[in-house]
Amino acid sequence: MTCSRRDFLKEAVGGTLVSALPLSAFVFITTDEAKAAIADSKVRWAFLVDTTKCVGCGLCVKACKTENEIPYDAAVTRTWVERYVVTKDGQTHIDSPMGGRDGYTTDLIRDEEIEPEDIDKAFFVPKLCNQCDNPACVQVCPVGATYKTNDGIVLVDRDWCIGCGYCIMACPYGVRFFHPEHKVADKCNFCYHRISKGMEPACVECCSFGARRLANLRDPDDPVTKIITTERVAVLKDEYGTKPHVFYIGLDANVR
Amino acid sequence: MSEELIVHGIEWTVKELFVYPNEYIYWSIQIVMYPYMTGLVAGAFVLSSLYHVFGQKQLKEIAQFSLVFSLALLPVAALPLLLHLQQPTRAMEPLLTPHFTSAIAAFGIVFTAYALIVLSEIWFVYREYFVAQAHVLKGEPGLANAMSRIVYRVLTIGAYDVSEEALRVDKKAATILAAIGIPVACFLHGYAGFIFGSVKANALWMSPLMPVIFIMSAVVSGIALCMLTYIIIMEWQAFRRRRKGSGVEASEIKGAEKETINQATRYLLGFLIAAISLEMLDLIFRGYTAMKSWDILRSVMYGKDFVNIFVLQYTLGNLVPFVLLILPGRTLKRTVLALLLVLFGVFMMRWNVVIGGQAFSLSFSGYMHYEIPIIPHSLETFKEGLFGALTVIATPFVLFWIINKFVPSLRRDAHKS
Repeated sequence: MTCSRRDFLKEAVGGTLVSALPLSAFVFITTDEAKAAIADSKVRWAFLVDTTKCVGCGLCVKACKTENEIPYDAAVTRTWVERYVVTKDGQTHIDSPMGGRDGYTTDLIRDEEIEPEDIDKAFFVPKLCNQCDNPACVQVCPVGATYKTNDGIVLVDRDWCIGCGYCIMACPYGVRFFHPEHKVADKCNFCYHRISKGMEPACVECCSFGARRLANLRDPDDPVTKIITTERVAVLKDEYGTKPHVFYIGLDANVR
Repeated sequence: MSEELIVHGIEWTVKELFVYPNEYIYWSIQIVMYPYMTGLVAGAFVLSSLYHVFGQKQLKEIAQFSLVFSLALLPVAALPLLLHLQQPTRAMEPLLTPHFTSAIAAFGIVFTAYALIVLSEIWFVYREYFVAQAHVLKGEPGLANAMSRIVYRVLTIGAYDVSEEALRVDKKAATILAAIGIPVACFLHGYAGFIFGSVKANALWMSPLMPVIFIMSAVVSGIALCMLTYIIIMEWQAFRRRRKGSGVEASEIKGAEKETINQATRYLLGFLIAAISLEMLDLIFRGYTAMKSWDILRSVMYGKDFVNIFVLQYTLGNLVPFVLLILPGRTLKRTVLALLLVLFGVFMMRWNVVIGGQAFSLSFSGYMHYEIPIIPHSLETFKEGLFGALTVIATPFVLFWIINKFVPSLRRDAHKS
């Protein structure tokens, strides 16, 4: 086959034009345009956990599993309650059987009986997704299936997640898991379907002790926001630089 | 327990003390296989480039073989990822909608670029052979010959020019591709190390040295596997020849082999020293700085995983083969044993990184043990079990056998035709 330079150029230009035609169907937008399209939200969801009020009944875990259709008996959960028992010998005993779903009704910690007189202090710590401002899970998702909404919630697109587990590995808080039925990454989203309609998350609604509360940080009149901004609150594992947005009252140095 | 209730990871994870409820060994044997196989690809290619780019004449024979073998290994580097995905039908998404802040998103691009380099280098190296075969087989009787000829004609992609000038261009192109291939091969594997090294949540993985350590051990394992396969194939062929009674040729081959093996061994030892030094640096640094995670890391490294790390990986997988290779009077048998140990050592290194990194809880208050599924009772326990791993290991040899039919990478094969 012979091909003169002129022929080659002709064909090349023609081919490029033909293949470029379908590309013109796409619209290229600048970063500013994209930002303008999403518009800043008037909402930044956050969460306040008052550990001093939690009694470890596990009702929040039950409600969460039911509301968010996480198989009830599967050993994964979007939210859980940890029990801490610090004994006089300086040991910290921690457990969370089935995420504390059935409540803490026995003194046994992993089949170990601890005498009440040996205990220095004991408390419960509810855990859930921290909806980080700088979420490690979103950073590592290879396909962009998990993303942060402009009101601060990190969501998972079940139709696009490839199930590689990188986000599960990247989360320092261990809140992510593979959904046993959908076979994709799953996590707490503060009941996004509820809060975006003005309702409370399931765990907040069912907590009889007020240990769990939802806040909108962009609303200065929000009573929970007032607590977060004016009282002494702490976050979990801030050393990872993820900027978590679940704030805790009464956090202990032993909490992991 | 009904089918939908089986949580991924629960079947092979045993928890001890306090572990967060959602924590399991999510990255199991296939993720051990992934950097292992990728490393073999990268190492094989680097070995072939030592000849093509740096003109290491003694390596000519093994270089040709390594190049073709790296092609056989290439698809197998992606296979463990595919087997590991919970949604394997969506495996192409990282190419369609890559999210570039993720290290994995680059995989498709780097992998494809690398595949193109290997394929085109092989094409330039073997084009003359393809053309010759297309001519030789012309008019040969039989369906098999006709089919082979079609394959060779397709392989030439219509470039039948075998003038001296054209062949010179081929050679130059192959050299350039081999040169570009080295950094790309290192990148392919270095970024596999980056995937782990950049996980800030994981105390064991997070280290800027991780990509470099991965590259060094990749080259070690790649050279070792190429040498081993090369020795076995050549010895097998020599054995068969001897039985047929043409002893002269067999001994001739053996001489050539020794030189090749000696040179390759020197490179192997060099990279092995580099790999071990970096790993030691990493270990010492962790102990010295003793960050928050050091307590649990120490209990894993010096306690629970002591045998895996210090006995199997460093002693049996690094020190013993090092001594075996460096002592004078090395025989072929001793070399084979050393190479097997080196391959085992690098595998254990991958194991200790991937599984070891998940051996402790993010809470630093508990441990997880990985019990590899042996007898599969479901697709999942097959994929993420012993037989899934063996499938991955066996595949490159099957592929090589097929590819080698059309692209003979060993001198003897080329002579036959």
